[in-house]
Amino acid sequence: MTVLGWVLILGFAAILTALALPLGGYLAAVYTGRGTLLSAVLARPERLIYRAMRVDPEVGQDWKQYARSMIVFSLAGWLLLYLILRTQRLWDFTGLNPMGFDSAPWNVTFNTTSSFLTNTNWQYYGGETTMSYFSQMVGLTVQNFLSAAVGIAVAVALIRGIVVRSGRAIGNFWQDVVRTTLYVLIPIAVLVALLLLSQGVIQNLTTYLTVHGITGLSQTLAMGPVASQEAIKLLGTNGGGFFNVNSAHPFENPTGFSNLVEMLAVLVIPAALVFTYGRMTGSRRQGYAIYAAMMAMFLGAAIVAYVAEAHGSPAQHAAGLHTGVIPGSGGGNMEGKEQRFGIAGSALFDVVTTVTSCGAVNSALESFTGIGGAVPFANLSASEVIFGGVGTGLYSILLYVLLAVFIGGLMVGRTPEYLGKKIEAREIKLTALGILITPLAALSATALAIASRAGRASISAVAGHGPQGFSETFYAYLSQANNNGSAFAGYTGFIQPVAGNAGSRGITFADLVGGLDMLFARYAPIVFVLAVAGSLAGKRISPAGLGTMRTDNPTFVVLLIGVIVLVGALTFFPALLLGPIVQGLTGHLYS
Amino acid sequence: MGLRREIAASAVGMLILTVICGVLYPLAITGVGQVAFRSNADGQLVYRAGRLVGSRLIGQSFATPVIDPRTGHVEMSGGEPVTRPDPRYFQTRPSGTVPADNAAASSFANYGPNSTITERAIAANIAAYIRLNGPYYPGGLTAAKVPVDAADTSASGIDPDISIANADIQAHRVAAVRQLPLRLVLRLVARFTGGRGLGFSGEPTVNVLELNLALDRLRGGR
Repeated sequence: MTVLGWVLILGFAAILTALALPLGGYLAAVYTGRGTLLSAVLARPERLIYRAMRVDPEVGQDWKQYARSMIVFSLAGWLLLYLILRTQRLWDFTGLNPMGFDSAPWNVTFNTTSSFLTNTNWQYYGGETTMSYFSQMVGLTVQNFLSAAVGIAVAVALIRGIVVRSGRAIGNFWQDVVRTTLYVLIPIAVLVALLLLSQGVIQNLTTYLTVHGITGLSQTLAMGPVASQEAIKLLGTNGGGFFNVNSAHPFENPTGFSNLVEMLAVLVIPAALVFTYGRMTGSRRQGYAIYAAMMAMFLGAAIVAYVAEAHGSPAQHAAGLHTGVIPGSGGGNMEGKEQRFGIAGSALFDVVTTVTSCGAVNSALESFTGIGGAVPFANLSASEVIFGGVGTGLYSILLYVLLAVFIGGLMVGRTPEYLGKKIEAREIKLTALGILITPLAALSATALAIASRAGRASISAVAGHGPQGFSETFYAYLSQANNNGSAFAGYTGFIQPVAGNAGSRGITFADLVGGLDMLFARYAPIVFVLAVAGSLAGKRISPAGLGTMRTDNPTFVVLLIGVIVLVGALTFFPALLLGPIVQGLTGHLYS
Repeated sequence: MGLRREIAASAVGMLILTVICGVLYPLAITGVGQVAFRSNADGQLVYRAGRLVGSRLIGQSFATPVIDPRTGHVEMSGGEPVTRPDPRYFQTRPSGTVPADNAAASSFANYGPNSTITERAIAANIAAYIRLNGPYYPGGLTAAKVPVDAADTSASGIDPDISIANADIQAHRVAAVRQLPLRLVLRLVARFTGGRGLGFSGEPTVNVLELNLALDRLRGGR
């Protein structure tokens, strides 16, 4: 560990907060229909889009209408993306398939399509050996934007349900999605893309280049429109890499500074939305309380990951390496990490992208130490409420807030209320269902995969010995069920003998179970969240009394963290014991 | 709104947003990138005597093909030429791609932390590093003296950089083989050492391609 490593972690938290505060205000203005700086430019195109779609953005929808619009829109996106990916060669006339790649097989494409629709971006394929530039731009980039927009829309709808004073409307889905795309995602993505370009992220449409090295060896350089996709991949907490190794690739993440920009891009919207929540509820302290709970858990995770990775791995020590800091080298577990990021920049990136639903990686999670690797497990086990995905993080933690309010109410023996609205049996039933979907999807898929030969076919032959084989399987379904997308990448669902997909085949079990897992764990909770929003929207607000439990003070922050940790721990502890914890507690090597 | 109209709205909306996010946005960024950040957008390509020799950002192998003395041809193994690190050049980090340093199909090595396979891979990297550099290093090298980045596989498999400690050890070999003063080589190392982002993000890096090209330039282009 180094002083500068700690400076990075704390400095990051400070910069993030400084950026998120004003952005939170901007978002509140966008979603309450107040004019913003960009309205002058964007109001006209926005109106034209509604007109072409023949929808009236001013008509409020109740939760069922909102959910139906969301589902129909997502289904349209799913079909379009599947079609684009399966007809990759059909678009060769655009010149955007310079390497002449064929489509991936149907089962892998099912997995990929479900993955990008659900903001997961789990990838069994490697981008530079599978996807044409056309598929990356017109197919994948689009869903990077839209899956993020849907997530944010749902969060905003829930906020409206909580604050609305009368009626059943929770907003208009079309307006929320179009506004999020035009006013929020595109402007910030342009900014991030330019920053990344300035650091060396590439952006071109040329064919792959052949290099003749100075010692007489040749090398082929994959090219592509990377910066545009990289920006929204992070900003929308999507995480699907343009290249196979994701943000570890120097063309995706070339410098220590770009690494910092990428981490900030991942967290800035989820963090800002918490402040947006405070503003829209009319009590900024509510937002600060949730932010404090999130930041405390985030820093805890970052500290554990950094300490564990700086310590080094049993395999390194057995081979005789000295893993301490020496002059000119930061030491630590550099297996599967890039020199320019070092230990702190890799550990922090890992925490940033696994507390959110981003799942981008700048280092090989499979090679993290047992405890370092347990941190992403723990983050996913908390169901991504530590900032979480764009929108999904906020609506997920609000479910936990309702649960904490309910438990707190039981403790003091009063009808629980949140922001003046009574929390009753119906809301708590919906909340519990919403919270339990993800663990259900993750654990049942893992059990199925471990218990069946078809499932075990995906385990890595190189790394998956002993508990690691369980860890990578469990992580695969935990990640997909959480719509995260990061991986212990040894686990595979795609056999690709050569670049370009000739003769490639998918592993149907892993592809389909994973794909269905992602769809179920994305859309079922959203429906429950919208139902909660609808249920709350219809309630009257009663004035706070003497006995009302406060939800904006440190006591509540502690209660909230306690509830999140308890639910996550009780659900996942047995499974965690079998994999990463066993590895963390032993220096034993498995073969 | 009826279901049929909802479907129509979804289809139209999806197409419009596809054009905006999937065509206009990436093409606009491509345009700006090609104008304002030309070299970066194209991948920081490096030419020598008009020939493309690599990208500053992409690690490559500085090994030479092994010639079979009986046939006079390059030795092959599994469809790939057998190579040996060229002692005149600084060497990049171990790579997990197939074949090594493959910039057309990046991949992690995915070595688990508690696996004997990992231990053997790291031990082999250590042995190769000591074999290459040990004879030139004052007092010799042991496993404990090998910097971690020289023994551990990089993430991308094409890490363009090495640590300063790694470069300093290799400098002894490069100086001896090229019959250059060590001082001069170390000065070059310092020249191609990049700092941390904003002074605190990441680790210092020594860019191997730039360093090797500069070494060749010392002798008037070799």
